[in-house]
Amino acid sequence: MRKCMQLMAGAALAFAAALGQAQQTVNMPIVIELSGAGAVSGTNFRDGAVLAIEEINAKGGILGRKINAPQSDTQSNPGTSRAQVQKAIDGDPYVILGPVFSGSVKVNMILCQQAEVPQITGAEAADIKQVGNPYIFRTSFGQQMSMPKIANYIRDGLKAKSVALLWVNNDFGKGGRDTFIKEMAARSIKVVSDISTESGQVDFAADVVKLKGANAEAIFVYTNEEESARFLREARKQGITQPLIGETTLLGQKVIDMAGPAANGARGHVGLTADAPLPAVAAWKEKFVKRFGYVPDHNGIKGYTGVYAVKYATQKLGKFDRKALAKTLHGLTIRPEDEPGILMETTWDANGDVDRISFLAEVVEGKQKIVQTLPKLGNKLDK
Amino acid sequence: MLLWQTSQTINFAQGEFVMVPAFFVLAAMKFGGLSFAAAMVLALVLSLAVLGVLFKRLVVDPVLPHGVLPLVISTIALALLMKESVKEFYAADAQPFPAAWATTNLELGGAVVSVQNLVIIGAALVAVAALQYFLNGTRTGRQMQATAQNPTLARVLGIPVGRMVLYTFLINAALCALASFLVSPIYLAKFTNGETLGLVAFVAAIVGGFNQVRGAIAGGLLLGVLDNFVAAYWSAQYRAAIPLFLLIAVILWRPQGLFGRAEERTV
Repeated sequence: MRKCMQLMAGAALAFAAALGQAQQTVNMPIVIELSGAGAVSGTNFRDGAVLAIEEINAKGGILGRKINAPQSDTQSNPGTSRAQVQKAIDGDPYVILGPVFSGSVKVNMILCQQAEVPQITGAEAADIKQVGNPYIFRTSFGQQMSMPKIANYIRDGLKAKSVALLWVNNDFGKGGRDTFIKEMAARSIKVVSDISTESGQVDFAADVVKLKGANAEAIFVYTNEEESARFLREARKQGITQPLIGETTLLGQKVIDMAGPAANGARGHVGLTADAPLPAVAAWKEKFVKRFGYVPDHNGIKGYTGVYAVKYATQKLGKFDRKALAKTLHGLTIRPEDEPGILMETTWDANGDVDRISFLAEVVEGKQKIVQTLPKLGNKLDK
Repeated sequence: MLLWQTSQTINFAQGEFVMVPAFFVLAAMKFGGLSFAAAMVLALVLSLAVLGVLFKRLVVDPVLPHGVLPLVISTIALALLMKESVKEFYAADAQPFPAAWATTNLELGGAVVSVQNLVIIGAALVAVAALQYFLNGTRTGRQMQATAQNPTLARVLGIPVGRMVLYTFLINAALCALASFLVSPIYLAKFTNGETLGLVAFVAAIVGGFNQVRGAIAGGLLLGVLDNFVAAYWSAQYRAAIPLFLLIAVILWRPQGLFGRAEERTV
């Protein structure tokens, strides 16, 4: 009996110690694409978030609590992502970081909404924020913000009257394609070819043949990173001479590395870039390269700034309260002088969409070169 | 197909066999600091050892006596193991793979032809011609054919059957390495590459004729041309279904394949 009592007392002490330990941390699981078609984006986002978490923990954490960030792989599969988000929710998270793929976010964000857990995502599909979910927050432009900027560039920068469109047939690509076509119509630019490709596609020979036959003045490419790199290689192989225009998924450093010299000359609009002509971003890039040994793309900034946004908003609140955090983030503007980890002034609007400066870029000799900085939209799009 | 003919081995990890040598090259360059050429040589040696000798000794020899089905399941498991190992120990995302040739284009009669494509076609033709010469024009090749046709009789005639089968596995490994070096600069090196390549290769072999080298080549060519024509002039969305439609049609109306030979077996 006495031995039994001793055992029970020991177990109770161990439980209390574990509880105390748990109270010293705040749970921020990273549910992200670590394999499959989204591995490039997901790995960058994860590493950006990990860098921010390590920095914050080294300085004592948020409100004295260190961040605990278990990682799980969605395998770039919406069904798996839903299961992983449910698993993360079962662990009583403060926020969930990720995923990046729009198709995954669309199927798992309802779980976060039901559990009232803020979700910091890298997804860009326009319709994610059209369902009125108050717990989903972007870390980069949605397509409704970035496509008008691209459309303006095609009209004013290239002065093109016709454009061919190549897009990836997933939620990200479909959302971008629909928004792009709308913006082209608004500017009387003719879309002469509209080609869908598959996620994970490896052979773009036939698609490039179709693009060549379209004789457009410019080609807009809206596929994920790996497909973009394969497309660029095939386009150069078949001698395409029209300007290849894209978004961050065409001009990111990882795409440039994968495509090699074939990426040279590609240009377009980047909402976020590790090559932004800002000292804070340059310093961040240096830290990232030193920590992980590779040059990050825009998804690294998404993960990094997402964590710092949570830190800033929580410190502003003075407590860990998920519902209050979601309310605080709506309409919040964070300036680098208030929170250096945000890197550049960022505003979340009433929908949880992001507004910040962005850039026009071109790939020159294997590097992304910023040619123009575009101001914050302030929710007014220049048509 | 080569393996099937000589040792009744159906290898469902064939796509992964093409995926892995590219990672041998990348690993040799990254961790060993080797030049691209030296890394390719090392990758070829590793491919012969791992995908040839070890595959035969550790997977095929112990499992084949229990029948073809256990071997099929074993090679499916092997494919998963290879895929996940590359993902775990190297990278989950696509990796750039250097091209051993110029990536410029040539203007031929108004058409733009990529040097890369010419090199791939040339290398494939040379490999097939060399294989055909080896199988038909050399003593060892003829011994391998005899082993394929009737191993028991071949053994009676003094042919070292075990060694002939091993040669087949080594040739298969070398061809996989060559395919890997040719295709990876275009597809990029990624752990999932074997899925696409394995399926297409398997369908091409059945469509062309599983028991004829020329049949498999013709099947591959037919599939490649059809795939691109469908994607370019009909529908990119249905391109993945075309090989499967073709496969069903061939199995229904010409089960020995377009160029294959009907085989009879006493049961």
